[in-house]
Amino acid sequence: MTDTLFVGARLLDPASGLDAVGDLLVRDGLILDHGNTLGRPDGAEAVDAAGLCLAPGLVDLRAAIGEPGAEHRETIASAAQAAAAGGITTLCVLPDTDPALDDPALVQFALRRGEATGSLTLLPYGAATKRCEGRELAEYGLLKEAGAIAFTDGRRAIGNARTMRLALSYARAFGSFIIQHPEEPSLAAGGAATEGELATRLGLPGIPPAAEAIMVARDIALARITRGHVHFAHVSTAAALDLIRAAKAEGLSVTCDTAPPYFDLNETAIGDWRTYAKLSPPLRPEADRLAVVAALKDGTIDAIASDHQPRDADDKRLPFAQAEAGGAGLATLLGVTLARVHGGDLGLLAALDLLTAKPATLLGLPVGRLAKGAPADLVLIDLERGWQVKDGQLPGKAQNSPFDGRALEGRVAGTWKAGRRVFG
Amino acid sequence: MSFSYRILPAGHLLAIEGLEPPHIGALLDLAESYALLNRSGKTQRDLLRGRTLINLFFEDSTRTRTSFELAGKRLGADVINMSVSTSSVNKGETLIDTATTLNAMHCDLLVVRHAQSGAPALLSQKVSASVINAGDGTHEHPTQALLDALTIRRRKGRLEGLTVAICGDVLHSRVARSNIHLLTAMNARVRVVGPPTLIPAEATRLGVEVFHDMKAGLAGADVVMMLRLQKERMTGGLVPSSREFFRFFGLDREKLGVAKPDAIVMHPGPMNRGIEIDSAIADDPERSVIGEQVEMGVACRMAVLDVLARDLRRNA
Repeated sequence: MTDTLFVGARLLDPASGLDAVGDLLVRDGLILDHGNTLGRPDGAEAVDAAGLCLAPGLVDLRAAIGEPGAEHRETIASAAQAAAAGGITTLCVLPDTDPALDDPALVQFALRRGEATGSLTLLPYGAATKRCEGRELAEYGLLKEAGAIAFTDGRRAIGNARTMRLALSYARAFGSFIIQHPEEPSLAAGGAATEGELATRLGLPGIPPAAEAIMVARDIALARITRGHVHFAHVSTAAALDLIRAAKAEGLSVTCDTAPPYFDLNETAIGDWRTYAKLSPPLRPEADRLAVVAALKDGTIDAIASDHQPRDADDKRLPFAQAEAGGAGLATLLGVTLARVHGGDLGLLAALDLLTAKPATLLGLPVGRLAKGAPADLVLIDLERGWQVKDGQLPGKAQNSPFDGRALEGRVAGTWKAGRRVFG
Repeated sequence: MSFSYRILPAGHLLAIEGLEPPHIGALLDLAESYALLNRSGKTQRDLLRGRTLINLFFEDSTRTRTSFELAGKRLGADVINMSVSTSSVNKGETLIDTATTLNAMHCDLLVVRHAQSGAPALLSQKVSASVINAGDGTHEHPTQALLDALTIRRRKGRLEGLTVAICGDVLHSRVARSNIHLLTAMNARVRVVGPPTLIPAEATRLGVEVFHDMKAGLAGADVVMMLRLQKERMTGGLVPSSREFFRFFGLDREKLGVAKPDAIVMHPGPMNRGIEIDSAIADDPERSVIGEQVEMGVACRMAVLDVLARDLRRNA
């Protein structure tokens, strides 16, 4: 492979705090060097990056893919297109597929399909319980050997406290952790929106926000007795974030992520019964959105994940309560996060940290940084370029974006996977 | 052999925990002499002549009951086996009723196995006989620890300073608890190895080191003690499958390879071959001392019966 030289980019490396204009040289799929005095090796292909930002490719902690079992919604290949367009070079996928990724052979299948995209490191989670049914533990040891990066039942909360206790405990034997969908299932059953005035006016069955805090409180208590590591996905309420903040201060192995809808939108987005804004967990009142932003600032939240949940028109073109929850998120992960930078809530490096180095560190991956010798997974960003999210024009198959119609500032100009240009 | 003090001062053997190292050493010395006697083919049938030993088993057992039966008979006791099905006896009240019955029979030595921790201790308060715990729930199995210690001592010449790895389902194992108490009392270094779901809470408070990786736990060990994994542990969700258990926590050549080259392998039986132990190791005469454990079992139980019978004579 020939060398690639990015010329005159604003180099952004959250892990080291680097924010300076310079060149970056890629050789054999790895970052060879960066700085102002690299020169230009013979035969190097130059990429004019003047006025653009060059950052590590994004590491997305949480995405559902329809494959296997729901290929009409999204395939690994179509998700890879959307990821590349979104600047994502490492994608962690949920195991609650059909069949669930609860067998080493299925984990290996997902890995092979990911490799075949050529544009993405696809890392499957293993099922936390057999068939993701929340009852019997899956084979963490064998799944991890096959390539599973951690364990979760995906969109399904592990509702039984004993099962969760055993999962946290057993995962420790393999140095792994459990990702929980923090929602008490018995309180969430049948709900379509956050319980409150809006749900009451719309006549929608509500899910009390306490459903999240109850599950988070329970699992923190279980993490305390098992000394296991629990990671809460898409945290969306102030009460849950307070509990997580306190657990971290206590020194427990508790981490969490959130997703762009929870710091960019509030429950009013479901007005007029917009089913694209029907998510799980449901969108929250403004006070919770502000609490999520505050937790992004103070470090309580460890990562921002896309929480990509592909749905097709038939899933969404239904009365609100009957429509499927979930939003497409790969293409908008960076843009919506940058909106918090433009809005003054987060610094640029801090925002990128939540999308790159922090999730990589959580998973123990050698990516997400502009370090010499690191894989040349890179994203070139035009910070000022505006665009509009539009149903039908999103890359990949899934078009169900809760941000449909949203104007964003900041767009991916190019994506490189192991030194090879895969987008732009 | 004679002793100037009472080796089992309580007049019962209910647990290893609480026994002093000299008492344990004396029991092992006496057991060793019985091991030699048994090998010589001689008997000592006058020691317990006229004494009644009742094997009261509320849980199924073949080897332990047979071992006690043989021990009693070699010392000349009248041995009666009472198997009580657990379905008919599951209330404390009935256990006391049983005690009343046994007192009426003038039983001298009562060997008890029960699914409930503490049941032999409860019986010991109500019967006039000396009670020997032959396994109570997940509490203790003291004669198993004695026979394990004797086997180790004969192979290694000592207990002190040895590194013993106890592996598998420690959570539910009375064998593990008795061994931990005995071996730590005798200054061996004890490790427990197993998935966190099968290690009891606060295990380190018992004086052991805890490992969740077999190779780390077996590194440099002198003795590898495997425990039986009950099938119920799989259905109960503590272990996902037997193939995963064997892969990560079963004893095979590769894992045993990190122990000392002369490390011995023990198992209290009955074994689940291919789950906690590879047959190739269980049947390897260079490594496995599982057969010798059974032999030492009879000797140790003779020693315990002997010691308790001395006290009976003293009290008479």
